[in-house]
Amino acid sequence: MADDQKSGSPIDDLTPEVGAATDVAPLGRSETKPAHELTAVEDADPVDWSLVTQMPEFRAMVRAKLRFIIPATLFFVIYYFALPVLVGYAPALMSKRVIGVVNIAYLFALSQFFMAWIIAGLYLRAAARFDKMEHTVVEKAESALSSRRENK
Amino acid sequence: MTMALAMFLFFVGVTLVITYWAARRTSGASAFFAANRQIKGWQNGFAVAGDYMSAASFLGIAGIIAFQGYDGFMYSVGWLVAYLTVLLIVAEPLRNAGKYTMADVLAYRLSARPVRAMASLSTITVSIFYMIAQMVGAGALVALLLKNSGISYHTAVIGVGILMIVYVVFGGMLATTWVQIIKAMLLMGGTILLSILVLAHFGFSFANFFNAIGHVIYHDKGVEVVKDFLQPGLRFKPPYGALDLISLGMALIFGTAGLPHILVRFYTVPDAKTARISVVWAMGLIGTFYILTTFLGFGAATIVGRDKIATSGGTNMSAPLLAQSLGGDFFFAFIAAIAFATILAVVAGLTISASTSFAHDFYTNVIHRGTERQPGEEVRVARVTAFVVGAVAIAVAILLGPNANVAFLVALAFAVAASANLPVIVLSLFWKRFNTRGAVCGLGTGLVASILLIVIGPSIMGVDAPGATATAHHLIQSAQIFPLENPGILSIPLGFAGAIIGTLLGREPAAEAKYDELLVRASTGLGAEKASVPTAP
Repeated sequence: MADDQKSGSPIDDLTPEVGAATDVAPLGRSETKPAHELTAVEDADPVDWSLVTQMPEFRAMVRAKLRFIIPATLFFVIYYFALPVLVGYAPALMSKRVIGVVNIAYLFALSQFFMAWIIAGLYLRAAARFDKMEHTVVEKAESALSSRRENK
Repeated sequence: MTMALAMFLFFVGVTLVITYWAARRTSGASAFFAANRQIKGWQNGFAVAGDYMSAASFLGIAGIIAFQGYDGFMYSVGWLVAYLTVLLIVAEPLRNAGKYTMADVLAYRLSARPVRAMASLSTITVSIFYMIAQMVGAGALVALLLKNSGISYHTAVIGVGILMIVYVVFGGMLATTWVQIIKAMLLMGGTILLSILVLAHFGFSFANFFNAIGHVIYHDKGVEVVKDFLQPGLRFKPPYGALDLISLGMALIFGTAGLPHILVRFYTVPDAKTARISVVWAMGLIGTFYILTTFLGFGAATIVGRDKIATSGGTNMSAPLLAQSLGGDFFFAFIAAIAFATILAVVAGLTISASTSFAHDFYTNVIHRGTERQPGEEVRVARVTAFVVGAVAIAVAILLGPNANVAFLVALAFAVAASANLPVIVLSLFWKRFNTRGAVCGLGTGLVASILLIVIGPSIMGVDAPGATATAHHLIQSAQIFPLENPGILSIPLGFAGAIIGTLLGREPAAEAKYDELLVRASTGLGAEKASVPTAP
């Protein structure tokens, strides 16, 4: 900080160089103020996020994600709760033996593990697609937001 | 010194070396709370699994299956499927929009102080209840596993408590993470080995194994009975069994994604993509483990037998006794050491999540309105909190004693996570209109409803028959008002209703205006907290 002031300080800097270096913005300098000196208006987030949410790429990404997540969630919740509901209310059906002593109840419970793994696998695949969409959105959003900031 | 004690001490030694290594790399808030966000995907997957699979899963579920057959296996299913909620809904947005705690995501567009105060209260409640259950279990278990070494319940509780304080205070999130990773590796290794030995016992024939499960012989009140352990209904009986089962399922499916000690793990990875990969790793490990509880539980039922387990320490000893009868004293010591590692990894995770929430949410953001008065204050407060939390847990566990019935505390922790935390996380991410009043109402309703329903339920209220054992003792001696052990079926809808009604009572333009920002950040990771470079070598 001290070095900074000596080497780069313009002649019209009126700040007296006394004591330790502080983070108070020197008078007459055109550099940005430190965060704690900003007024409320200056501190307000200058970013208009609706610029991003209105981008067609962003909307397409959110829609694509929801198109996977909502049906997947509904499916796994229904499939999972079918187990306690059937075990609780149709014990005779669930106790039916299929192979040896192995009954429907055990096979259905076991299938839940594979159901969870398969959905996780499908999600990983879908998410690779979301990541590509996200990449485009982030690039566009960053340029849109930064050009907007410069204009302010 | 017995072999079990030697293995315990070996594990303690290894974890202390890790803590020393982690302590030298831990300086600054991001390092202490989030391990510099540099944990790799597979590592975090192991750590999530290690954080999640408590002694209640390893010893408890093996025991329930050994005693009540198929109904115990139903628990196993819910513990894995719950991770789909974490994977699909919570992990990535949370990583993108938060910093150290779940309250960060809520405070994004809601009024910070009331929301953080409530979220912190609910986080600390969940962590402390869960921790006390673990500590009492740990004390009883360690005393039992090490009874030949002269370790008492009190020594065990104090030892576990001091270790978890040391891991967290000195090693922060990095040490906690590696303790959890090693524990998960040990747990998986031990479980796979034990399962292979069970299969070997039946000549590697699934037919023989399942036939034995179909004809389990034990004595019930002195009468010999033969039961098909694959038949449902040994634990959950009419009239409320089915409802209790559904209610338990709801608490697991919606509660896991609201458990603070699991949520903080997703802040330790560099980005949302890694968070996603780590959940899938965790699902692979957790699923494999819970499928293998088939061999652990039914193996104990068929090879050791209910009668012998009941007279040598009870349900929790099923897996260690199975190890003893298949692999002798050395294998018993090995499985006992794994159980010990399991407990330590979970309590360390709980300690760090409770102290992070207190320091970051309550101390810095509620009391001091979001500014640290001195650099490093937040971490210092968290360290002190970890110490206090540990000391309180030790004291409560000693006061309760080894025979206290604490199983309901785990149900309570899941119920609070599902009824208070999850509704506000989901609504804050997906409902533009959601506001501060809704969050405070939702957290409050979910918390109060869960606690109240547990208190008036069969875990606490009930009339004991004369001469009942201490573990079955009810705190309130009168007929229960709420019939279910698991309150989720009622408390989760109440939590959502509280959040929705609270929101509809008024509008909060500021919160709605910031929804676009949260939506962009949560779904793209723009401006998300980056991984940092450790400052010390």
